[in-house]
Amino acid sequence: MKIIVLVKEVPDTYGDRKLNLETGLADRAASDVVLDEIGERALELALKYADANDGADVAVLTLAPEGATATIRKGLAMGADRAVHVCDEALLGADLGLTAEALAAAIRRQGFDLVVTGNVSTDGSGGMIPAMLAELLDVPHATGLSSVEIGDGVVSGTRPVESGVQQVSADLPAVISVTEALPEGRFPNFKGIMAAKKKPFEVLTLADLGVAADNPEMARSIMLTVAEKPPRASGVKILDEGDAGDKLADFLVANRLA
Amino acid sequence: MTDFPRDAILVVLETSASGVLEDAAPGLLGAAAAAGTPVALVLAAPGAGGSAATEAAALGAAQVLIAESADPAALGVPGVDALAAAAERVRPDAILISHSLNGRDLAGRYAVRSRSAVSADAIDVARDEEGVVAHHSVYGGAYNVASTATFGAPVITVRQGSIDARAAAQPEVSETLTVVPSGKPAARIDSFEEVVGSSSRPELRGAAKVVAGGRGLGSQEQFELVGQLADALGAAVGASRAAVDAGYIPQSHQVGQTGVSVSPQLYIALGISGAIQHRAGMQTAKTIVAVNKDGDAPIFEVADFGVVGDVFKVVPQLISALEARKK
Ligand SMILES: Cc1cc2nc3c(=O)[nH]c(=O)nc-3n(C[C@H](O)[C@H](O)[C@H](O)COP(=O)(O)OP(=O)(O)OC[C@H]3O[C@@H](n4cnc5c(N)ncnc54)[C@H](O)[C@@H]3O)c2cc1C
Repeated sequence: MKIIVLVKEVPDTYGDRKLNLETGLADRAASDVVLDEIGERALELALKYADANDGADVAVLTLAPEGATATIRKGLAMGADRAVHVCDEALLGADLGLTAEALAAAIRRQGFDLVVTGNVSTDGSGGMIPAMLAELLDVPHATGLSSVEIGDGVVSGTRPVESGVQQVSADLPAVISVTEALPEGRFPNFKGIMAAKKKPFEVLTLADLGVAADNPEMARSIMLTVAEKPPRASGVKILDEGDAGDKLADFLVANRLA
Repeated sequence: MTDFPRDAILVVLETSASGVLEDAAPGLLGAAAAAGTPVALVLAAPGAGGSAATEAAALGAAQVLIAESADPAALGVPGVDALAAAAERVRPDAILISHSLNGRDLAGRYAVRSRSAVSADAIDVARDEEGVVAHHSVYGGAYNVASTATFGAPVITVRQGSIDARAAAQPEVSETLTVVPSGKPAARIDSFEEVVGSSSRPELRGAAKVVAGGRGLGSQEQFELVGQLADALGAAVGASRAAVDAGYIPQSHQVGQTGVSVSPQLYIALGISGAIQHRAGMQTAKTIVAVNKDGDAPIFEVADFGVVGDVFKVVPQLISALEARKK
């Protein structure tokens, strides 16, 4: 069973995240970067399967700038067997379409039974890469799964949607995405961190993948403007002296909110 | 109905298992009407297309194409096939789809298939001389970004509950769309359990008022206090991730980075510390009220009216004060 898990380096949501107001791109120097938590949960799912089943091969795949090596290595330290890093200057500011194309090419090159991703990243919030990959790879997608069962030639799970809850299944090969209802990723231990240094770490360019960033037949999404909103100012703060509920009622009524 | 308007905006509307249009429909058609002439593609359960088309026209669709799936158990792919057929006929200036899970899958697959540009999670849609532009609120509302396609009709997913505009009702003009299945492999929906609207409370997304509770509520039983205040104000109920993780309330009520983003007139945070990831989903609210016993809790940094106090004392008093005023 070949499982490819998509992971992503993102600005840490615990800190301030900045966009460069000229380029509209994430200002990488302004924040700490981490492996996106949802990708760690996706990896945990694959690692649990590998713990229980012989012959599973788990690769982490990412598309990121050069500096992301250390973040990706965390995936290896957690227990993935291999890492693949798609890295090319022409990918700076890549839109969803180009990102999906490059990732699909890298996945095809590795060969796969199952691709696991998070449902949405904390920086892009697009949540479309899984379905885009499925279309490009010509396989089924089962997205937004809150529980997953990886079986023999089939993957199944629970899929909450707007109007209810679906039970879905897909024949392998397939692409799935998972929600944060899945367990957190394991902490890398010392042994894992040491072992990570010796694991295969492949770096691929767009040329290696046969993908053109400037294909004139592909419409791309471009940013027109970026503006920063002024931070919110805080208002009044009162200490409850036994009448705060009444005062709060006054505030709501005075502002016609009650 | 062979002619479609030259400024058509194709709006994709899903129906629920019981056949009614998704909650996002009025906002999607409202957004489309502001950027052109709304033409709806209704993805309906078998037998539900006719009534859904009537509903779509009443919500402002000038023309409606009906696609009833021949294989409703196939996940996603039939909808993409229908959208491809509809876009071929309508030749719209933009395609609007809800930023729901199914909507994102549909937009992603269709954009790949048609080599279109995709703009995700728009909170508004407008048209300028160059074409249709999507507006986004990113990094938890810290930035406003506008995006468009280099060429062709952009595929835009619209954040649920973000559009207040509504389109004027139109006379119904509908026809059944002919769809040739692509035969692409799809996952199967083996079973479905409908969640019946559990209460008379407003839907969290798009609500004008939200009362949210956090870990400070202490237990599932005590979390009911959040619901009581919500009912006194006619508000929707939200929660922090910690409250969801603790099992006080289902995940669909989570507000924040990985939950729902809301921009209500009033947001009341009870027993919520105000972690950055929570604020990311609510700090664009017009007025924020917080009750927390820790005066240093970060939620106070964004609160217009903060009460340092115990929710179990302040909130019951607030509820009775509100009730007294109603009389
Ligand atoms: C990638 C990522 C995504 C995340 N996404 C989200 C998200 O979408 N939404 C979200 O909310 N969080 C999210 N989080 C989690 C976030 O970091 C916080 O852990 C979470 O918001 C804390 O919830 P809380 O405020 O309810 O709990 P706590 O931080 O434990 O705060 C409880 C508060 O209640 C107060 N309190 C206790 N008892 C009382 C009382 N009797 N009266 C008054 N006040 C009382 C305490 O003073 C405290 O401030 C995310 C984290 C990560 C890493």
